Amino acid sequence: MRVPPLTRKLLRDLLEMKGQALAIAMVVAAGVAMAVMYLSNFDSLRRTQQAYYERQRFGDVFASLKRAPLRLREDIAAIPGVTAVETRVVASVTLDVPGMDEPATGHLVSIPEDRRPQVNDVFLRGGRWVEPLRPDEVLASEAFVQAHGFTTGSRVRAVLNGRLRELTIVGIALSPEHVYNIPPGELVPDDRRYGVFWMGERALAAAFDMEGGFNDVSLLLAPTASTGEVMARIDGLLEPYGGLGAIPRALQISHWTLENELAQLQSFGFIVPMIFLMVAAFVLNVALARALALQRPQIAALKALGYGNGAIAWHYLQWAMLIALAGVAIGIAGGWWLGSALIGLYNQYFHFPILLYRMSGGVLVGVTVLTVLSAVLGAASAVRRAVRIPPAEAMRPEPPAVYRRSLIETPLLAPHFGTTGRMVLRNITRQPLRAGASVLGISMAVAVLMVGFVFIDAMDALITTQFSVAERQDVTVAFVEPRSASSRHALSRLPGVLAVEPIRTVPVRLRAGHRHRTLALTGAQPGARLRRIVDMDGRTIAVPASGLLLSSRLGQVLDVAPGDDVTVEVLEGARPVRLVRVSALVDDTFGLSAYMDLDALHDLMREGDVLSGAALLVDAADTALPGRLKETPAVAGATFKATVLRSFRETMAANLNLTMFLNVIFAGVIAFGVVYNAARVSLSERSRELASLRVLGFTRAEISLILLGELALLTLASLPVGAVVGYAFAAAIVGSLDSEVYRFPLVVGRQSVAWAWLAIMGAALASGLIVRRQLDGLDLVAVLKVRE
Amino acid sequence: MASAVFEVHDLAKIYRMGEVEVHALRQVSLTLLEGQFVVLLGPSGSGKSTLLNILGGLDVATSGTVHYRDTELTRAAERELTEFRRRHVGFVFQFYNLIPSLTARENVALVTEIATDPMPPEDALRLVKLEHRMDHFPSQLSGGEQQRVAIARAIAKRPSVLLCDEPTGALDISTGIVVLEALAKANEELGTTTIVITHNAAIASMADRVVRLADGRVVEIEDRDTRLSPRDLSW
Repeated sequence: MRVPPLTRKLLRDLLEMKGQALAIAMVVAAGVAMAVMYLSNFDSLRRTQQAYYERQRFGDVFASLKRAPLRLREDIAAIPGVTAVETRVVASVTLDVPGMDEPATGHLVSIPEDRRPQVNDVFLRGGRWVEPLRPDEVLASEAFVQAHGFTTGSRVRAVLNGRLRELTIVGIALSPEHVYNIPPGELVPDDRRYGVFWMGERALAAAFDMEGGFNDVSLLLAPTASTGEVMARIDGLLEPYGGLGAIPRALQISHWTLENELAQLQSFGFIVPMIFLMVAAFVLNVALARALALQRPQIAALKALGYGNGAIAWHYLQWAMLIALAGVAIGIAGGWWLGSALIGLYNQYFHFPILLYRMSGGVLVGVTVLTVLSAVLGAASAVRRAVRIPPAEAMRPEPPAVYRRSLIETPLLAPHFGTTGRMVLRNITRQPLRAGASVLGISMAVAVLMVGFVFIDAMDALITTQFSVAERQDVTVAFVEPRSASSRHALSRLPGVLAVEPIRTVPVRLRAGHRHRTLALTGAQPGARLRRIVDMDGRTIAVPASGLLLSSRLGQVLDVAPGDDVTVEVLEGARPVRLVRVSALVDDTFGLSAYMDLDALHDLMREGDVLSGAALLVDAADTALPGRLKETPAVAGATFKATVLRSFRETMAANLNLTMFLNVIFAGVIAFGVVYNAARVSLSERSRELASLRVLGFTRAEISLILLGELALLTLASLPVGAVVGYAFAAAIVGSLDSEVYRFPLVVGRQSVAWAWLAIMGAALASGLIVRRQLDGLDLVAVLKVRE
Repeated sequence: MASAVFEVHDLAKIYRMGEVEVHALRQVSLTLLEGQFVVLLGPSGSGKSTLLNILGGLDVATSGTVHYRDTELTRAAERELTEFRRRHVGFVFQFYNLIPSLTARENVALVTEIATDPMPPEDALRLVKLEHRMDHFPSQLSGGEQQRVAIARAIAKRPSVLLCDEPTGALDISTGIVVLEALAKANEELGTTTIVITHNAAIASMADRVVRLADGRVVEIEDRDTRLSPRDLSW
């Protein structure tokens, strides 16, 4: 095959500057890898989710209630827009799992024995469906089965409505309702302590005295139906039966979490790679501008030979595009690999029947086009400048660079700099734009790294606030039904219990105008020692004597401020509806919370010292408590802080380790790429000057100081800039993570900044040393002979 | 009588070098004929290179006119100048300006790629007696050899004018002679109008016409009847 001479020139020139080309390609590759990793995971999750939802007929509207007769099902089905209705019995039970000290929680859901559910169908991974005449058979969620090493035939003991039963696992199942399976009221999944079980409808109804009734309903809607209208109709129908308020699919916790993750993947998939591509475009610009300056005589020759501006510009643009394409190739390979690792992580937290990693052509094409485009943009100005020079002028050597005294060379300071220092300063101030761009490039690396560290800081702050300041109890107990004050004394007599603090939570719907949220209203004691209300900065907040204290986020959701009234619709007991004033808002971290003084809550409920659970301080040496709690019928669930904390840390560690690994690698790539290129460009621009100095008797160390001193100054200048940019990035990302589920405090520890700085200085030093070796090999005579 | 290839009238050129304004040419007028071997003589800074560059369409004049046959180069746009160079002009520079990343053959192919009726690169290299060095890179060639590659590259497209800026300036005497022989051969065998800049007065003896410049002006034009062969020049 005949390769045109210009193409050969292109390839050989690239080979000549392979170090620089590779450094730039790696920065591009880092951005591409991130984009590919995030977007391919987004794509894989989205496709899997949609297919799964459709196949298993995932519900559009969900509602829980106290108890309604089965005949209500006809009325629900008659609501315009409803295409399918499935009524169920749902209950939470305490499990006694062999080999586990603390009780686990089981979420029991009824399924028809003789057919598949019309809504929220279960995916049967293994085993079989429950038999109608065997009431102790259940399907168990795959995650729970795997966490305990169970198989079909394994048995679990559970307290069903006060009676201890032994359940046999006959099938292993998954459900679109539990893609993300999080125990109620907790922060992260814990598959050992929380499992979903599907039980025959008749068996479950019988166990909970729900024959002929249901306490949960889910619906499918026609595509044209208005979710809001259907929900309003459902709420109307269920209200007499203790309806807890319908929720749309969008607020279903598993779906909601998955959607959040998807949104995050998508925005990360665009924002983070853009930063990398920007840096790459800039480095490319500087590198190419210098390479083209060196090629001035060649450009002149090409023009003299009759090559037009267009042909020459295209020739040099191809440089940039080839480098970008090399980056794309490396980045796609890396992103593919990282993407399949990330999907492994998702497979741990999201339970799909099958979650395969899929690389879509759309992602590849989009990323490639965007990358090449940014490379061309980066190269454009350098190429335009070089091509525009009239050929006769290009043939002459470049006029000597115009140097001036730098601004800091005041009579007072100047004597301290020495000749070397002056050369460094003047070279930086001669091209302030380029120096500024280098500083910005390196500071991007600092920022990327800092963002990673800031997340660790935020996590630590979150753990401290939540587990040391707010929730100081060791065990949290939830009752099946609210109980009288005497149960508090019963709890305090349990083995190892040192202190008991009553918990009273009431399911309510808060309504302000057309905005509303269904949540638990918590009664708080002014002098509480165990469970306290804490804001994001770890300050304890006193509950106001009257009125409501709401999460600031809830205030935003409802669009209310202190002084406004909200309607409290209680969804339990006599279901009173009251207008209550919002007294204060608190900037807290988790969920949407509403608090009220405990006595005020009792007054609102017109009840005595009722409690729905308790917070316990226990003696860690006494190990009998978990067993006793498991056997107590009134206890629906018990949460041990140590266990929650452990699973929280494990989950976060798995996530953060991957993120940190990527951050360090990619920040290193940026820092190395920018510094190395700056060094190479300086070296090429000044090799004559430096060689002349060597001829005059300067040592290698002295000339290295001139070149590397400049890089060191630029790197040092980038550190504070990077810290500021990093802080801004962290603030933006923390802000974007602000959701109804959790909010991160923006905590930037001094250590994080120090680590980021150290890592970048390391990368800069490494690239400096590589260039320094090239400096040592400077051929004095040859450099002085060659005409530039 | 041969027809005029270039007609220059009242040509002036002022350019800026850094912060200095340079009057490179002042009111230059002259006519160059088809097939002539012309030598431009003059000290450094006399405007020789500027004149050559403007004749070759590499530079534009500040005022005055230059005609190449019927085309007025001084009114031509960048695109037309590129076309002019591509079709009619061959350049040879003092520092060869070869593309270092291309071999001798590939450097010549650079021109044959875009010319309308070129000779094969191998023939051009044979004409300058470099058939045995075709696949060498510039860094593997001596100065004289590099210059001969540059000449081969210039003549490969069979240009009607060959413009040479100090082609022997960076070479020793014996190498210079080989290079000049190559130029003379191209001029004779291809009939190419050849304009050579030099400040070596001895080279003038091989010219049909000698133009002397000083301080941006033409100070003397000498037409010669007898041309010496490069071997007979006295340096």
